[in-house]
Amino acid sequence: MREVDVKSIIPVVKKLCIDANYYLGEDVIARIRKMKEEEISPTAREVLSILLENYELAASEKMPICQDTGIAVIFIELGQDVHLTGGDFYEAINEGVRQGYKDGYLRKSMVSDPIIERVNTKDNTPAIIYTDIVSGDKIRITVAPKGGGSENMSEVKMMKAADGIKGVIDFVVDRIDRSGGNPCPPLVVGVGLGGNFEQSALLAKKSLLRSLDEPNPDPKWAVVEQEILTRINKLGIGPQGLGGRTTALAVHILHKPCHIASMPVAVNVQCHAARHKSIEI
Amino acid sequence: MSDVIRLQTPLTDEDVAQLKPGDKVLISGKIYTGRDAAHKRLVELLEKNQELPFDIKDQIIYYVGPAPAPPGKPIGSAGPTTSYRMDPYTPALLDAGLKAMIGKGPRSRSVIESMIKNKAVYLAAIGGAAVVIAESIKKSRVIAYEDLGPEAIRELLVEDFPCIVANDIHGNDIFIIGKQKYREE
Repeated sequence: MREVDVKSIIPVVKKLCIDANYYLGEDVIARIRKMKEEEISPTAREVLSILLENYELAASEKMPICQDTGIAVIFIELGQDVHLTGGDFYEAINEGVRQGYKDGYLRKSMVSDPIIERVNTKDNTPAIIYTDIVSGDKIRITVAPKGGGSENMSEVKMMKAADGIKGVIDFVVDRIDRSGGNPCPPLVVGVGLGGNFEQSALLAKKSLLRSLDEPNPDPKWAVVEQEILTRINKLGIGPQGLGGRTTALAVHILHKPCHIASMPVAVNVQCHAARHKSIEI
Repeated sequence: MSDVIRLQTPLTDEDVAQLKPGDKVLISGKIYTGRDAAHKRLVELLEKNQELPFDIKDQIIYYVGPAPAPPGKPIGSAGPTTSYRMDPYTPALLDAGLKAMIGKGPRSRSVIESMIKNKAVYLAAIGGAAVVIAESIKKSRVIAYEDLGPEAIRELLVEDFPCIVANDIHGNDIFIIGKQKYREE
């Protein structure tokens, strides 16, 4: 058993919040650079150039890539041989978010009540925290700030087995078609298949954490991802919806077993600021 | 993209009449920020025939909730937010004299019709280019609704703020034109 004082989590979460918002992953930058070369719309190429300039400027000026510094979505893989001491684990994570968003000059985007009051909590808490218990005595923390504009274009559909793979692909492509320029394309499209209603959505979210440099480990799903990506990039939406072929950078699929009666499909739309940073302690 | 058109606020009818979808525009002068919560309050004031916190005639509203200013900067990252959420409130503001809006993503039919009626335009800023855009903002001060935090109304002084014409005064729409041009069946 390894003892970990929860107070040691605070600076780690703080750093991850700041780093994720200032420094976009090289995989995303490299993909945009490559797709810019292949883009046929002059406006689209110019938009992509400005986005690349923006990522460089964000890193050099130490400013967030986007003013929407997101809901702090946090994935914890907690080793089962870890004994957490010194206070409440989730409160420590929220304290890290609080400090990161304050000291990193990140925008506070959370309201206390979704409908009636909508008062800003002023420190970007509460974070949304998912915990998986895994083997070992380490803790892996991932912070994935998620902007509202792309999240708003996401959807879960409870489909029928008879809809088949074609029905799934049509639904995902149609979801992106209906989103148009709203979610800040070029996008990463996260797709969660199977499980049940809520698990499909979480799978879609988790699929966004995969590096754009890593293909789907299962070749048959890699083919489906490529087919969806090809169809999305024929929609004509382009960067920011202004027209072009660079609508999505990647499609990521995660799947799980499901009930004999069900075929849940979730699409979690991610803008080009596909931010996530991880640390293992 | 065509040549760059430079505009100074407040805008004139001639300023906006020349604009076509896809034109690159650089804006200088004072512009005002406002997003979801501020729009709700502005329209409530109009419904009660009360004065708005700024003179909206011939002005531009920029849909943004900026990040806090780091030390030594007038403002933090400040890219556009998605515009359709302001659609329910926009026709009332256009009727009150608003001449242009800056945001991202397409507008509803009723907003486009109101733009035609009021000879107003909608300009697209690049979503996620928030640091590049912040470089064009020289001053920022909250002029209303400080309690809304990032959603407060700010008066910004901008120099060569970059955007692209999305909707002109005739109802032409780059989100439709652009998509049709590059769509493959």
